[in-house]
Amino acid sequence: MNENLEAVIREICQKYANDSARMMDIVRDVQSSMGGVSKAAMKAIADAVGVAQVEVESVVTFYAFLSPESKGKVVIRLCNDFIDRMFGADRVAETFEKEFGIKFGETTADGLVTLEYTPCIGMCDQPPAALINDKVVTWLSTDMASRIAKAIKADGNIDKLNLPNGDGNNSHELVNSMVHNNLREKSDLIFADFEPGAGLKNAIAETPVEVIKNVKASRLRGRGGAGFPTGMKWEFTRGAEGDEKYVLCNADEGEPGTFKDRVILTEAPDLMFEGMTVAGYAIGAKTGVVYLRGEYQYLTAFLNDVLQKRRDAGLLGKNILGKSGFDFDIRIQMGAGAYICGEETALISSCEGLRGDPKNRPPFPAQKGYLGKPTSVNNVETFCAVAKIMEKGAPWFAQKGSQGSAGLKLFSVSGDCKKPGVYELPFGTTVKELLVKVGAEDAIAVQVGGACGITVAPSSFDEKICYDHLATGGSVMVFGPGRDLLELAHSFMEFFEEESCGYCTPCRVGNTLLKRRLEYVMAGKGSPEDLVYMETLGNTIRNTSRCGLGQTSANPVLTTLQNFRSLYEGKVKPSKDGQLASFDLNQAVGLSESIVGRKSIHHHD
Amino acid sequence: MTKPKVATTSLAGCFGCHMSILDIDDRILKLVELIDFHKSPVTDIKKFSDRCLVGLIEGGCCNEENVHVLQDFRKNCDVLISVGDCAIMGGIPAMRNGISLKECFQEAYQDGVTVYNPSGKIPSDRELPLLLDKVYPCSAVVKMDYHMPGCPPSADTIWETLVALLTNKPLDLPYELIKYD
Repeated sequence: MNENLEAVIREICQKYANDSARMMDIVRDVQSSMGGVSKAAMKAIADAVGVAQVEVESVVTFYAFLSPESKGKVVIRLCNDFIDRMFGADRVAETFEKEFGIKFGETTADGLVTLEYTPCIGMCDQPPAALINDKVVTWLSTDMASRIAKAIKADGNIDKLNLPNGDGNNSHELVNSMVHNNLREKSDLIFADFEPGAGLKNAIAETPVEVIKNVKASRLRGRGGAGFPTGMKWEFTRGAEGDEKYVLCNADEGEPGTFKDRVILTEAPDLMFEGMTVAGYAIGAKTGVVYLRGEYQYLTAFLNDVLQKRRDAGLLGKNILGKSGFDFDIRIQMGAGAYICGEETALISSCEGLRGDPKNRPPFPAQKGYLGKPTSVNNVETFCAVAKIMEKGAPWFAQKGSQGSAGLKLFSVSGDCKKPGVYELPFGTTVKELLVKVGAEDAIAVQVGGACGITVAPSSFDEKICYDHLATGGSVMVFGPGRDLLELAHSFMEFFEEESCGYCTPCRVGNTLLKRRLEYVMAGKGSPEDLVYMETLGNTIRNTSRCGLGQTSANPVLTTLQNFRSLYEGKVKPSKDGQLASFDLNQAVGLSESIVGRKSIHHHD
Repeated sequence: MTKPKVATTSLAGCFGCHMSILDIDDRILKLVELIDFHKSPVTDIKKFSDRCLVGLIEGGCCNEENVHVLQDFRKNCDVLISVGDCAIMGGIPAMRNGISLKECFQEAYQDGVTVYNPSGKIPSDRELPLLLDKVYPCSAVVKMDYHMPGCPPSADTIWETLVALLTNKPLDLPYELIKYD
């Protein structure tokens, strides 16, 4: 048995040339072939690639999709973010629990099924959704959940259910998924017709420096949300010293409520790969890596096929399009369920086979990134825009959008609206205009920018969505009458508490304290001072955290406190003579009373 | 004019902060020109009979009596100050917070290597205040107005703070008094 385990692991490690930088691939393969990465497996991996066992362990225990314990043959990961719960995820969960006779977090005694919750899986436009191993199921009902459960109990999979495939490439034989694109409005940028090579051809007719000049002239800014000028980032990377350089594509879209990359990867992967190839040419890189979130595993076979076709067409590989000396190729790096890996330095750590810990800056990735070499990390949508800019020219792009925010942007709209899905609209669109398009004129609040974004009140619906006003990587969640916004803030705080990497104290401890105080207030135990405390603590977390996660994680509380203060004020009462209502003496002595066997002399009823 | 009154107490602390109060040495003579000590281990006054301007609290709350005393201080003092790390965040006593209360009792009265307790019972005399499920910082029980960090805060810190408060002047502690490593 043990020898067998070592043999399997040796083979897996050899597949990745015993390279510790490919640790993610190695542990993912071990997980899927053995159901878990046991201590014995960790030791075998450590021996094979020549690192300490604890380094393997630190990776296995960091990512949600990896585990030291053996999971069931079928792992059902039900998305329990706020949107999915609005649309019945809790009832679906109950059905699964009843059918399998276990609670979430448990595995059936026969080792067949494990039930788990997972944060946003990028399907907020078709909730509730779940992953069944790599397969995505969407628009779940209790009825559907029980059919799925019965099929798994009978066959160990859901193949016999013959779930209908979604539209477009979701029906492609290599995708074969029931996911729908819900592409509601396209313009002439990302989902317009595109001939592979059309942008690249124009790019290589110019010098790399001219390409960067063009990207700068287009005024393109990063589509992930932070909005750093793309041309400038490339210029820094090109100018940095290093014999090797890298292009990394951030396809780890984990911001709750974002799913536009999913649709790009399904319908326009060529455009993304082309943009990466242009970047490789411009900065002088030979290797590109797409960091794809583990939740989108169902797209990898399809994406690898697209890559192969591009190699066959001379758009990747050696001497691309006949240009001597222009070599570039792309591989896909799978993630394993960690929100933090969308942060660019954490993404680099993960690509290097480490825990997804953010790195200190400076040095910035442009100077010292992947494997210590100059690296440009850009968003999926940014690369697509680049390819199109190369095809149509910088002025064509620059004249779109608003003053500080050129071009079009994809918005992922979900929640209480008639037409959830992806919309391609110019920057500068107001919240109100967007609400009319999606059929949600009665919204009481809109969350722009995901969990770390801003909760916008109706009085601000005339504000423009762009980098200078309401910035977003694409997530727009709509909440209609009757939704509890404190519950919303609380669910986001739960999310951040779970997803904090734990490296720095303000984020690791602060988010938990903030969530707890919010719970006091929601339970009606708070006083007005608690609101001041939450603001102070929130600002401390924002100002002292090490990376973007902690710098924005207090936003759900801070922006609802700012824009929906009356909701909080209705919950708090001034404390009587400075005594805190949140402290409950009866509860605090309860345990002692039962151990010692007498009542407290201070007991109040 | 009557002098303002100051009360002090040690809850779940080690009396180290009170030692630090005494450590102001001969300045205590200047202090008693400014204030009267009321309920305090220094005076052995047990009950509040007058309103106090300042209450100095050492230690957090580990049992029901601590809670009772702290709430009493809040009722009778205008300004409450957490003195030292135990009052501010539970401190050393809060190290038990990661261990279940039952285990704490077992170790203390039944299983500990130096325990002599033939009956094997956990004491339940009414004179012994019941332990709380965990050690709470003072700010989790009542509103605290100020926090004076340190283990203990130095005599100079305590002196400067009290004088600033009593003379209504801004407090500007030099860096040396508030750095801890």
